[in-house]
Amino acid sequence: MSINNLTIHETKEALKEGKFSTEELVDSYIDHIEKIDPKVDAFLLKCLDRAKDQAKKIDSEKQNDTCSLSGIPYALKDNICTKGIKTTAASKMLYNFIPPYNADVYERLNSMNSIMLGKVNMDEFAMGSSTENSAFKVTKNPWDLSTVPGGSSGGSAVAVASDMAAFALGTDTGGSIRQPASLCGVVGLKPTYGLVSRFGLIAFASSLDQIGTFAKDVEDTAIILNAIAGHDPKDSTSLDLPKKDYTDQLKNGTKELTIGILKNYKAEGVQEEVQTAMDDAIAAYKSMGAKVVEVDFRYFKQALAAYYIIACAEASSNLARYDGVRYGFRAKDYTDYIDMYYKTRSEGFGSEVKRRIMLGTYALSSGYYDAYYKKAMQVRTVIINEYKKIFDQCDVLLTPTSATTAFKIGEKMNDPLQMYMSDTFTVPINIAGIPAISIPAELDHKGLPIGLQIVGPVLGEEKILQAAWALEKHFDFRKNQPNL
Amino acid sequence: MSISNEEVTYVSKLARLRFNEEETNKMAEELGSVLDYVATLNEVDTKDIQPTEHILPVSNVFRDDVVGTPLSNDVALSNAPDQENGCFKVPRVLD
Repeated sequence: MSINNLTIHETKEALKEGKFSTEELVDSYIDHIEKIDPKVDAFLLKCLDRAKDQAKKIDSEKQNDTCSLSGIPYALKDNICTKGIKTTAASKMLYNFIPPYNADVYERLNSMNSIMLGKVNMDEFAMGSSTENSAFKVTKNPWDLSTVPGGSSGGSAVAVASDMAAFALGTDTGGSIRQPASLCGVVGLKPTYGLVSRFGLIAFASSLDQIGTFAKDVEDTAIILNAIAGHDPKDSTSLDLPKKDYTDQLKNGTKELTIGILKNYKAEGVQEEVQTAMDDAIAAYKSMGAKVVEVDFRYFKQALAAYYIIACAEASSNLARYDGVRYGFRAKDYTDYIDMYYKTRSEGFGSEVKRRIMLGTYALSSGYYDAYYKKAMQVRTVIINEYKKIFDQCDVLLTPTSATTAFKIGEKMNDPLQMYMSDTFTVPINIAGIPAISIPAELDHKGLPIGLQIVGPVLGEEKILQAAWALEKHFDFRKNQPNL
Repeated sequence: MSISNEEVTYVSKLARLRFNEEETNKMAEELGSVLDYVATLNEVDTKDIQPTEHILPVSNVFRDDVVGTPLSNDVALSNAPDQENGCFKVPRVLD
């Protein structure tokens, strides 16, 4: 096993025992990135010299023992602002944008001496489920280079799945962490809305966006969550709660847990092998002493419908700021200032972003507001209440993450609705603002990873991590590795 | 639900986006099919249901009215596509 295949907790152990230095660790990642990234195209910007300098400094100042993430190399989704380092959201609109400040999560990781290896690819402004909407490159799934890695945080998932980073941060508005984690065979966590600060995150849909983690295992996920969760006065939706250690209850087992299963989930076009993985997980939980109960969720279609109204409405408002005046792209030839806006926006945004701005503008336009936006926000309340009912009956809910494993590059690009439907199981979670984790279970007959999602109530991170840790032990997915 | 090319053109003006005829046709078709799907919202009875404002009971967030450290003029202008005399430069707005 190579150095950069290790989890964070294994790496820290090895660093402590002096098996290698931080510099050797970072060198190993750099070599691997240079060898593997040309095949998978995950990185938009590599910060390797900077990473090397940082590693040397940590070694010379003997800082690699100071905390759980010091010296650990990671990748950052390119919609998370890094002061002095280009941040594009994979859009031509921000092709040259150099943020004058840091995102709160990046600030926190810096203060822990984690080492940022680079900025990774995504769907433009996080709008998409395949990373094919990037203005710059198409990222490939390391398990089969002809398939998509999922999205929008495809680069983050691929960086971890192909051992080019020990962990990565991504963002999840309707499944953008969990779906790529599932398609790439890694662990992806979307925390409760408000648990992690969104300050310095390039906004897509502010009431749904949440920053979360990509990791090699569940224990690493808890370690990273410890680092990035916490109150931030610069984000007014950030929750002011006492600090928790998410590793505390991780290994408590599932004897005390009640696991909910949706009665109707198979009706959502779920691939047979994904159903088999669900059955295996249910059997495993039963054998571990957990109680398994059936629960009802009646609103898959309506959740997706509400999602596209709310997300697009908020996006149309958030993306109004891109006018070519203060930063980013400005069109070259224009007749007056109005023409400058039109040309800048028409040339700067890609087609999926324009489609969503149009849908959102339509939904918010005079005469349609009540029928679409208000209705969607009322349905949102209904869905929140539906989950409250579910979590009266169980501690956590088990579902597939994605109905299918990775699809082919180009397969769904001409059918936006089909692409949107690949988020059936993930979208309702953002609508309700609750936490969910995707863990890899098995491989399908094509050798592509199948992910399962464990959902919890508001601030139920400890419970879902506990349930996920036990299930991870059962599947032992990491015996499988992509062949690159 | 169908959406006409005229409606697409009207909305595109609100959004400051420009589409040629082919793009307008395609946009009308794609928005129409998404709006058809969205019509499933009407299957949910929302009489007397309050719209969600925030997923958690978070009330107004206040802070003391103290002056912090703003970005300097140079830094604020560092990404500007065009600038002059410490200001963002745009085409003439008033005739």
